[in-house]
Amino acid sequence: MRELWKGLKRDKLTMIGLMVLLLLLIAALAGKVFTEWIVVLDPAVVRLPDKFKPPMTAAAVDGLAAASRPPLGRYLLGTDELGRDVLARMLQGSFVSLSIGFIAVGISVVLGIALGGISGFYGDLKIGLVSIDSLIMRFTDVMLCFPTFFLILTVVALLPPSIYNIMIVIGLTSWMGTARFVRAEFFALKEQDFVVAAKALGLPERRIIFRHMVPNAIAPVLVSATIGVASAILTESALSFLGFGVQPPYATWGNILADGKGFIFDAPWLFFIPGFSILVVVLAFNLVGEGLREALNPRLRGLR
Amino acid sequence: MIAFFTKSLVQRLFLLLIISIIAHSVVHLAPGEPSEVDPSNPRMKPEDIARIRAAFHLDDPLHLQYVYWMRDLFSGELKSFKDSQPVLPKIWRRFLNSLPLFLCATLIIWSLSFPTGIFAALRRGSLYDRSTTFVSYTLISIPGFFLSYLMILWVVGTFNVPVIGMRTFGMENAETAYRWMDRVWHLVIPSLMSAIGGIAILSRYVRSQMLEVIGQDYVRTARAKGVSEDEVIYGHALRNALLPFVTMFGLMLPGLIGGSVIFEQIFAWPGLGRLGYEAILARDFPVILTLNFIAAALTLAGTLLSDILYSVVDPRIRLK
Repeated sequence: MRELWKGLKRDKLTMIGLMVLLLLLIAALAGKVFTEWIVVLDPAVVRLPDKFKPPMTAAAVDGLAAASRPPLGRYLLGTDELGRDVLARMLQGSFVSLSIGFIAVGISVVLGIALGGISGFYGDLKIGLVSIDSLIMRFTDVMLCFPTFFLILTVVALLPPSIYNIMIVIGLTSWMGTARFVRAEFFALKEQDFVVAAKALGLPERRIIFRHMVPNAIAPVLVSATIGVASAILTESALSFLGFGVQPPYATWGNILADGKGFIFDAPWLFFIPGFSILVVVLAFNLVGEGLREALNPRLRGLR
Repeated sequence: MIAFFTKSLVQRLFLLLIISIIAHSVVHLAPGEPSEVDPSNPRMKPEDIARIRAAFHLDDPLHLQYVYWMRDLFSGELKSFKDSQPVLPKIWRRFLNSLPLFLCATLIIWSLSFPTGIFAALRRGSLYDRSTTFVSYTLISIPGFFLSYLMILWVVGTFNVPVIGMRTFGMENAETAYRWMDRVWHLVIPSLMSAIGGIAILSRYVRSQMLEVIGQDYVRTARAKGVSEDEVIYGHALRNALLPFVTMFGLMLPGLIGGSVIFEQIFAWPGLGRLGYEAILARDFPVILTLNFIAAALTLAGTLLSDILYSVVDPRIRLK
């Protein structure tokens, strides 16, 4: 663990990425707290006299109820076509976008480890004529043959619109890579001395798998999960662009951006603020993922 | 070789069968019926709906519907729910529109990412390497439609050319040369935009592949023998680094359908991706299912092609 940290610290870009992610986490938590629990910034307040105000404009003094004034009396990131505070919506959206990424990746990682692990550990067992391994791997091949984005689009469009459906569908269509390399790792680990020794000691299989094998196979999963969060956020924004994203009243960065594209000339901040936020956050996830890969790859360790 | 070919062909046909069954059940079990697309239309009487449902076999059990779909697909009589046009010619027309976009994008991807990746690997750790790394991560991280909108604003503002659609409306009677220029302008920006993600990914892959090969023993041996540096890089290293990319020719095939929905939507390009999107909106099951089926068939054909190509270029691989 300490070695991993040392490897990460050497790479400046990774450290910048980590810092961005830390800020994002704070923003997401702050968003949850201040827009839902202690309502300081209400993303749902409509203030028609104050629509399309550019960032940093002071709120109109008359025509607004005291309760719907923004804090500090200013819109730090401007307002949208209904006079809603963009800062409040972005904060709320950061939590929603991040949870879509994490839950979708969580589903895909759990599925991937489960199927890959079963296939790698119990692969030789047979059900009837075919072995479990070939059964699971053929199923993985089947899933890999679907055009992913088209499949996600089909399912999301046919199901009733809900934020949970989007998370689940993205998760269910992205576990194949994880399953494949967990299986490969398990195959290699099964022959290693420490696993053979654990078996010879008579440890229960559950313990061998979860205490000895999974921690050793987790490194590539961690890398692909980090990058997976990034691509889930991008997929959500692409779905929003096509109109199948998270529906109101939830704000996500994807649907703020998709709504903002209609006002690109009149209110460019509605387009550029969410666009660059997504860019920075997804970039941070990708850089951290890549940094992890380099730090975890023993062959590259000596070279740097 | 022949034995390998038949064996994997049979395997793939079996996979295709399973895929088509799964796709069929997913689409038909999901809520939302083609006959419910326009429920507020007062002219749709219950008996009309019943007639439509009967005409499209929507009241039959699922496995019968599957059989009907397969029968119609292979006899070429499959009709769209939306406009009762035959599905296959409809897809073929859209395919001809998507093809130039796909070819152009592929050409851009391959011609840009190889030089970029190779030079980054040769100058590992240099400013050039680090900046291309950073730029490619940035390009992967931008939502495609965000970048495309910025690009459209910039191109239309600077060069004053139209980029939406396949051609400018009203140019039909212009001189041939003008018409072709118009077509080319309309083609360049969408294909560049759909190529950007591919360039970023492929150039990273070329770089890591090249780094891998440069560290090999035979490259060191070649250097030790006194072979010139150019000969070492381009004669010994590059040829071996290129091997895995041969397989990519096969794996690119399915990109024809899946990868283009967003960009065809942005640029109003009447291609396959957009056909799929419109079909999904209209609950046009035959079109959705057939597109999915073709995409899966292309993927399977692509993996088979890449296996065969790999065994042709790499004598160490023997197919059994």
